[in-house]
Amino acid sequence: MFNKATLKMQQLLWLLLSLSITFTVYTFNLNNWVPAFFVFFATWRYLIEKKHWPFPKLWLRLPITFAGGLAVLATYGSLFGRDASLALFAVMISLKLLETKSKRDFIIMVILGYFLTVNTLLFTQAIWVILTITLALVGLTACLIVTSHAGSTYSDAENLFTWKAQAKLAGHLLLQAVPIMLVLFVLFPRIPGPIWGIPQDAYSGMTGLSDSMEPGNISQLSLSSKIAFRAEFKSAIPPNNQLYWRGPVLWHQTGRSWHISSEKLDIPVESLETSGPATDYTITLEPHNRNWLLMLDLPTNLPANAVVKHDMQVVSKEPVRTRIRYDGRSYLHYQLGVKLSDYERTLSLQLLDDENPKTRQLAAKWVSEHKSPTDIIQAALTMFIEQPFVYTLAPPRLGREPVDDFLFNTKRGFCEHYASSFVYLMRAAGIPARIVTGYQGGELNPNGHYLIVRQSDAHAWAEVWLADQGWVRVDPTSAVSPNRIESGIASALPDSNLLPMLSRQDYPFLKKLYLNWDSINNGWNQWVLGYDQQKQLDLLKKIISDKIVWEDIGLILVLVLITLMAIISYFLLRNKAIVLDPIKKVYLQFLNKLEKTGLKKLAYEGVTDFSKRAAKKLPEQASEIVAISELFSSSQYAKQGEALIENKRTLTLLKQLVKNFKIKRLNQMQQKINDF
Amino acid sequence: MAKAFNLPDNFKLSSPKTWFRIAQPIDNATKLSRRHIYILPTRFGWLYALLLIALLIGSINYSLSLGFAMTFLLAGFGAISMLHTWRNLANLKVTMQPTSPVFAGEDAVFELVVTDESNRSRYAISAQFANENSGFQTMTEASCRDIQALNAGVFKLRLASKKRGWVKAPRIAFATEFPVSFFHVWAYAEVDSQCLIYPKPSLRSQTNPSSNAQGNSGNQPTPQGDDDFVGHRNYQFGDSPKRVDWKASSREQGLLTKLFQGEATSTLWLDFNATTGENIELSISQLTRWVVDAESEKLKYGLRLPKLSINPSCGDAHYHQCLAALALM
Repeated sequence: MFNKATLKMQQLLWLLLSLSITFTVYTFNLNNWVPAFFVFFATWRYLIEKKHWPFPKLWLRLPITFAGGLAVLATYGSLFGRDASLALFAVMISLKLLETKSKRDFIIMVILGYFLTVNTLLFTQAIWVILTITLALVGLTACLIVTSHAGSTYSDAENLFTWKAQAKLAGHLLLQAVPIMLVLFVLFPRIPGPIWGIPQDAYSGMTGLSDSMEPGNISQLSLSSKIAFRAEFKSAIPPNNQLYWRGPVLWHQTGRSWHISSEKLDIPVESLETSGPATDYTITLEPHNRNWLLMLDLPTNLPANAVVKHDMQVVSKEPVRTRIRYDGRSYLHYQLGVKLSDYERTLSLQLLDDENPKTRQLAAKWVSEHKSPTDIIQAALTMFIEQPFVYTLAPPRLGREPVDDFLFNTKRGFCEHYASSFVYLMRAAGIPARIVTGYQGGELNPNGHYLIVRQSDAHAWAEVWLADQGWVRVDPTSAVSPNRIESGIASALPDSNLLPMLSRQDYPFLKKLYLNWDSINNGWNQWVLGYDQQKQLDLLKKIISDKIVWEDIGLILVLVLITLMAIISYFLLRNKAIVLDPIKKVYLQFLNKLEKTGLKKLAYEGVTDFSKRAAKKLPEQASEIVAISELFSSSQYAKQGEALIENKRTLTLLKQLVKNFKIKRLNQMQQKINDF
Repeated sequence: MAKAFNLPDNFKLSSPKTWFRIAQPIDNATKLSRRHIYILPTRFGWLYALLLIALLIGSINYSLSLGFAMTFLLAGFGAISMLHTWRNLANLKVTMQPTSPVFAGEDAVFELVVTDESNRSRYAISAQFANENSGFQTMTEASCRDIQALNAGVFKLRLASKKRGWVKAPRIAFATEFPVSFFHVWAYAEVDSQCLIYPKPSLRSQTNPSSNAQGNSGNQPTPQGDDDFVGHRNYQFGDSPKRVDWKASSREQGLLTKLFQGEATSTLWLDFNATTGENIELSISQLTRWVVDAESEKLKYGLRLPKLSINPSCGDAHYHQCLAALALM
């Protein structure tokens, strides 16, 4: 029933199943041949066990190993870097399956399997990944249990030989570790990383605004439903058309593309005068591997470790590579840079020569027709409104004179087309102007009273400088598609099927479900993923005392851990209470009666064996002894699944029998005969 | 100046085993209480510790909050598994079965009855006689067994015997690495058990009692009295090769000894003085051979030793009485 082959198979299947779960996660992220490679070798190893194939010899394994290494090198161009080294590790684990035979091999494989499984977190830390990791860990632990148990003679303790029993024990071991995990998670002193340089490709998956803009950039970004940041408001949420989240400000025009101004930070910041009420909010920014910190137009105070550039763009000192949270205060009514410095004036009028002649002519025409810059702006916006301009996510490709081509030919574009052509027109007309990129709007999550701003909310608009008024925001997109600004991107695009599904408006139920899920996710991000040194300290200050400093955390950890381990040890190591079921109790009474005659059931003696021995010694009562013993042993073995009523009847009967059972005094003669 | 501390009398630096507390038998039972249980990580345990460090560094480096969580879960799992391995061995009770005597040169078999009294099933427990490095060596699969909650398991430990007389069961090392093989838990126990080793019978070629052992009374046995063949029994150590039915064994029926009728009727005195051995041990060996032969030939025989004499009789009890007398002479 439980022969050696079945156990070996169980051991192997636990290992293969749990590695398969982990490789499923890898499939979503290492989109290449590596998971297939694993499936191939796992199947091979399975067939070795199943069909008793021979294990491949070294002359076969060695070339395959080299080939695997080379294939990784060819795919990634290197064996180092996050993805390449993970792929290499995965390949080597798959190959090691072919030489996993002994107890030692299996234990090492399980430990390597733990490593591979936890490393899936490098790709994603979403909530669902806990499920796959937990399943894989339970499976690997079960494999470890089967391996540790291998070779033991089992006699009656057969209950460890079912899949269920093994999984249960593995689950218990991991479950009992959860309190220790929680204590360590909360109290283990968090050291802000990284300790050393992180491979270049570590953040390859991050999306966000870039430091330059070309037609097509932002519309590309708008296809992503990824969350850029979430914003909680302490006061009322401003209307949608006021929600301009300021990102990189672009000054330099070079042909198709626009770039930010120099990285120099010593240019004086534009003067800012605010009026009206302040808006306070907290932003949880997803990592995007750039320095920008998005803030509402226009911020008056800075998050920690951040600086403001001369054009009011807030940047952090380090690229944002982990989710961060910061507070902001902004004023929606302001006057910015009433005095224009020469430096900025030059920058904001810069255009490459000899391009887009038609646009320049149009601008020159407006300058000759109108006198004030305000009128010119109005003329440009009127043009966008009156002429058949279309707001679309799928604009046609532009020719060699992109602005000319767009304004006079295709007339179909996304926000970056409108913003860049507008700024081009203004500069051609001699009005200082710049492009501001960022996000516009956001989706209200009613569950958490916060805004979700996605990459699909990415936007580009213009700022023009007017004497006495300073920099004024002009959003040419709003002229073409007022809906975009008033109620978000989904309502503005007729061809919205290009948008990611969750940014659209057609599935209200799905949307609601999603919003619920997002608020769980938000909490997860805040409290689990965002738990860092600062949060740790804040939490301890709140719980214990304000006076706690970072150095105390280690001491607190040690104290709490010792207490916890003492509690766990107490519960694990104390003797389990022996709860006797009533049937067993009656049987013990019977044994006690027999013991008076010197007949003692030995610990290793089975019920039936003992009854035979007792019957031999007390032949007159043999039938009673056998009846009681049989009744008892049958009730013990038939216990599971048996109806309660059946047990009750057995109990009554057994009680009766034991009660009537009386040891008859043996006379000397009989004693002698028996002894003989 | 007072002594800083007193070493126990039996403390020897040369033997590391004396550093361990060893469970002692009380009323025939030895309990592996918590004071006797030792634990150390195995090489896999160290590898696992390395894994935890790698995961921790990775989590710090990549600021993976969930990575921290999983690292800590696995660290907790390691600590929990330590407790589980420990409790898999702790509080077992060891009692000994009565031993059966063997001839010198055969293995003395000690039967350990290991009982769980904590209502907890034990898995993959090993028991072996302690040698210099037991306790640290990795588990051999062969000697492991499970013990069901509140039940007992029997271990049969063999010990090669060399000399006649009582041999005491050596110290026993119990060990387990269940459930995860990261920790090796072991305990030493003394047990109250000894096995009687009968002297090794001398080779048959030496003189037999019929020619040299002239008793005061009794008939001369006919050692080759194989006239009335009555049947077979399985070969036992000490049976005369002449009695082995080689024809039967060539038919692959195993070794069978031929039995003959009428053997128990003659009486024989086996006298120590009649032996031809050069020293006491050889004489005892020779006597043992005669006892074995006489018993297998179903003779009625008595034993005369310098300080002890056993009257002629036959049967199992008599046979063992004679052999015991020889073993303890």
